[in-house]
Amino acid sequence: MTGFVLAAPALPLHSAGKYVAGAYIVFVTLVLVYVAIMATRLRRTERELAQLRRDVAAARDEAAPEPDPEPDPESEPEPDRDAEPVP
Amino acid sequence: MSIYGRGLRGLAIVTVVTISTALVLVFFYAPLDADQGFIQKIFYIHVPLAIVSLCGFVLGGLFGAGHLRTGERKWDMRSYVAIHMALIFGVGGLITGSTWAKASWGHWWEWGDPTLVSFLIVLLLFATYQPLRFSIEDPERQSRYASVFAVVAGAFVPMNFIVVRLSQEFVHPRVLTLTGGNLPGPMRLTFVVSLAGIALLYATLWKYEMAAKNARGQARALRRALLGDDAVRPLGRSAAPS
Repeated sequence: MTGFVLAAPALPLHSAGKYVAGAYIVFVTLVLVYVAIMATRLRRTERELAQLRRDVAAARDEAAPEPDPEPDPESEPEPDRDAEPVP
Repeated sequence: MSIYGRGLRGLAIVTVVTISTALVLVFFYAPLDADQGFIQKIFYIHVPLAIVSLCGFVLGGLFGAGHLRTGERKWDMRSYVAIHMALIFGVGGLITGSTWAKASWGHWWEWGDPTLVSFLIVLLLFATYQPLRFSIEDPERQSRYASVFAVVAGAFVPMNFIVVRLSQEFVHPRVLTLTGGNLPGPMRLTFVVSLAGIALLYATLWKYEMAAKNARGQARALRRALLGDDAVRPLGRSAAPS
C-alpha cells in the first residue's frame, strides 16, 4: 500500500498536499456519514418488519379456528356385526 | 423488492468501480497543472460535486412538476429525495471549493466572484425547502406547496447559471467552455470519469434512500392493513413525505 501511494506521481508533501487531502477527506466523510445514517434507518425498518411479522403471526394464531381433535383409533366403536348391511 | 431496490446492488458496484477508477486517474494519470500544480487535483472532486448538485436541484423540479401534473405522492417523494441529495452534494462542492480557494487565493471565500456567490444563493434557496415542508402540517398541502417551490427554484438554477456565464467580472477559473474547454486529453478523461463517478454516486444514493423510504412506508401500510389503525404509531410532524 505504501509503495502504491509513493508511486503516485507528484504527491507533494508541501503546503498543497494538506488541502487536497482535506477536500477528498470531506467528500469521503460526507458519503460515510450519509451511509451510516441510512444504515441506522435501515436497521430500524428491519426491526419494524420483524415486529410486524411477530404481530401478524400472533394475530393469525388468534384468528385460526380450533383444530378438530385427532380421532383415537382405540376409542373407535366396533362395527356392529349383527346390523343389516346398508344397500 | 420495490422498483427502487431493484438493480441497486449492481448500480452500487458500478459506482464503486467508477469512483475508484477516477481516483486512480486523478493521482496516477492526470498530469500536474502547469499553473496551479497539485492543488488542481481538487478540481476533479469539486466541479463534479457542484455540477451534479445543480442537476439534482433541476431534477427535483422536474419530479415536482410530475407531482403537480399527476397528483401522485411518489413524485413528491422523488422530488424530496432528489433535492435532499443535491443539498448534500452541494455542501460537499462548497466545502471542497472553499478548500481550493484557500490554497489558491489565500482565503476561504471571495464575495466578488459571481460563480461562488450565485452557487451559495442557490444552495441557500434550496436550504429553505425542508423548513418550508416542515412548516406545513397537512400532508396534501405540504406536498403541493413543496412541488411548486421545487419547480420554481429548479427553473432558477439554469437561469442563474446563464447569468453567471454572461458575467464579465470573475476570478473563478473557467475551464469548461462551449468550445471544448481548456483541458488537455488526460485531464479531460480524468474529469469525465470523475463526473460519471459522482453522477453514479448520486443515482445510487437516490435509489438507496427511495428504497429505504418505500420499505418503511410499506411496512406502515401493511401494519395498518393487518392490525388496524391503532397498531400504527401516528407520524409526528415531518418535513419528509409520508
